[in-house]
Amino acid sequence: MIDWEPLILTFKLAFITTILLLVISIPLAYWLAYSKSKLKPIFETFVSMPLVLPPTVIGFYLLVAFSPSNAFGDWLNNWLGLQLVFSFEGLLIASIIYSLPFMVHPIQAGFSNLPTSLIDMSYVLGKSKTTTLFKVLIPNIKTSLLTGIVLAFAHTIGEFGVVLMIGGNIPGKTKVASIAVYDKVESLDYAAANTYSLILFALTFVILLMVYVINGGYLKQQK
Amino acid sequence: MIEIDIHKKLKSSQGEMLLNIQTTIKKGDLVTLYGNSGAGKTSILRIVAGLLQPDSGKINVNGKTWLNTAKKINLKPQKRKVGFVFQDYALFPNMTVKENLLFALNKGEDNSIVNHLVEIIELGELQNRKPQTLSGGQKQRVALARALVQKPSILMLDEPLSALDSEIRFKLQQYILNVHKEYKLTTLLISHDISEIIRMSDKVLQIEHGKITRQGKPNEVFNYTGLSAKFQFTGTIIEISKQDFLYILSIRIGKDLVKVVADETEGEHLKAGDKIVVSAKALNPIIQKIG
Repeated sequence: MIDWEPLILTFKLAFITTILLLVISIPLAYWLAYSKSKLKPIFETFVSMPLVLPPTVIGFYLLVAFSPSNAFGDWLNNWLGLQLVFSFEGLLIASIIYSLPFMVHPIQAGFSNLPTSLIDMSYVLGKSKTTTLFKVLIPNIKTSLLTGIVLAFAHTIGEFGVVLMIGGNIPGKTKVASIAVYDKVESLDYAAANTYSLILFALTFVILLMVYVINGGYLKQQK
Repeated sequence: MIEIDIHKKLKSSQGEMLLNIQTTIKKGDLVTLYGNSGAGKTSILRIVAGLLQPDSGKINVNGKTWLNTAKKINLKPQKRKVGFVFQDYALFPNMTVKENLLFALNKGEDNSIVNHLVEIIELGELQNRKPQTLSGGQKQRVALARALVQKPSILMLDEPLSALDSEIRFKLQQYILNVHKEYKLTTLLISHDISEIIRMSDKVLQIEHGKITRQGKPNEVFNYTGLSAKFQFTGTIIEISKQDFLYILSIRIGKDLVKVVADETEGEHLKAGDKIVVSAKALNPIIQKIG
C-alpha cells in the first residue's frame, strides 16, 4: 500500500493556494483589465513570467530570498517567526507565484470581454465601483472564475521544479505527490511511482475535462 | 432648464474633430439630436451623463452645476440625475427583468415606482425573464423602464429605435411620449428618422462635424412650412430612374414602397438616399377599409 500523505499534502497545498489566489487575483485582474496606467505592461509581464520561466529559476530566487542567511529571510525569521525555506508556508508562497497567471488570465479575459456599457450603465444608475464589481461584473464572469479556479488548482498539483528547489523532500511538510513519484523512481520502487502517477493522471484528466464541459456549454444545452 | 456649453477634441474615423456645442434646453422639452453617424451625437450624451470628460465647458441642470471646468466642478455619473438608454441596451445579463429595474433603486427606496413602471410599460409578463431571452423591442422597453426608476432630471436615448421594425417602433415611440409626459421629463433623443423626429420632438438640433448647424422646431429645421398640403409623408428615395423627360422616384415611406413621378427640375437635384417630403394638394383620396 502506498503512503497517502504526499497526496493529501498535494491537495491541501492546491486547495489553500487556490483560495488565496482567488482573493488576490480578482482585484489584480480588475486592475489589469480596466487600468489605463503606463505601468500596466510591466505588471502584465510579471504576472505572465511564471508561464515561460523555468520553475527552477523561480525556486532558486525564492530560495535565495527566503534563506535566513540573507537580509530578507533573516528579517522574516526574526520578526515574523517565519521560516520559509523547506516549509509548507514557503511552498504556499511559491505556489501562489507559480500559479498566478493561471488564475489572473481567465479572470482578466472575463472582465475584458464584458461590454463596457454594463459598467457605464451601473454608474449612471448611481452604483459605486465596488457595487458594480460584486453585483454586475463578477456574476457575469462565472465561467471565467471557474476556469481560473480549476486551472490554478490543477497547475498547483502539477508543480515540481519549484517545490524541489524551495521545499525539498520532507515527509508531511513538503513532500507532495509529484516529488513522491520522483522519489520512488529514484529508489527503483516503480509500482508505487506508478500508483501515484496514475492517481495524478486520472485526477488532472477529470479536473480539466470539467472545465471543457462547463465552458463548452454542454451543460447549458441539456437544460 | 439645461444649459450646455462643451468643447472636446474627438478622434473619429475621419480624423480629429472638434466637438463644440452650445445650447439651452427648456425643461419638459423633447429634443432630438439629428445628424450623420460620427457627428458627435453620442459623445454629447455621454458628456452630459458624465461618462466622457470634455476638455472644457459647463453643464447646468435646473440651476445645479454638474460640470464647470473653470471652477473644477465635475460631478461623477453616480451623482448626476440622468436616465440613459444605450444603443446596446446594456441590460445586466445576470438579472431578470424585474431585478434589472430593482437594481436601479437607491438603497432603502420604496419599490412602488418599479411596480408602476412595470405596469405602464407593460412588462408584467416579462418580469421573471432573463434579458437574453427577450426580443429587441422588449429589451428596449426594459431599458427604458430601468432608466426611469431613479426619476431622472434628463432622460437620454441613444438611437433607441433604430434596430426595430416599424410597427414595434411606432409602439415604442408612444411609450416614450407617454412617460415623457407622465414624468414631466426633459428628454434628449438621438434619431435618424425624420418622420419619427417630426412626430415626437419639440426641438431638433442638427449636428454636423461636432457643431450645431441648425436648430429649431422640426418643421423649421426640415423646412416644409411653406406647404399647405392635404397629404404629407416623409420618406427616403430608394431609386431614381429617368424616362424621357420625367423622373420616376421609388420612395420608402415607413414600410411601404411608393412610386411617384417628378419633372426634370425636381428630379435633377435628387439622388438615391435623399430624405424627402411627399405631399399632394388637389387630390381626392379613395379610402377602403382593409382590416
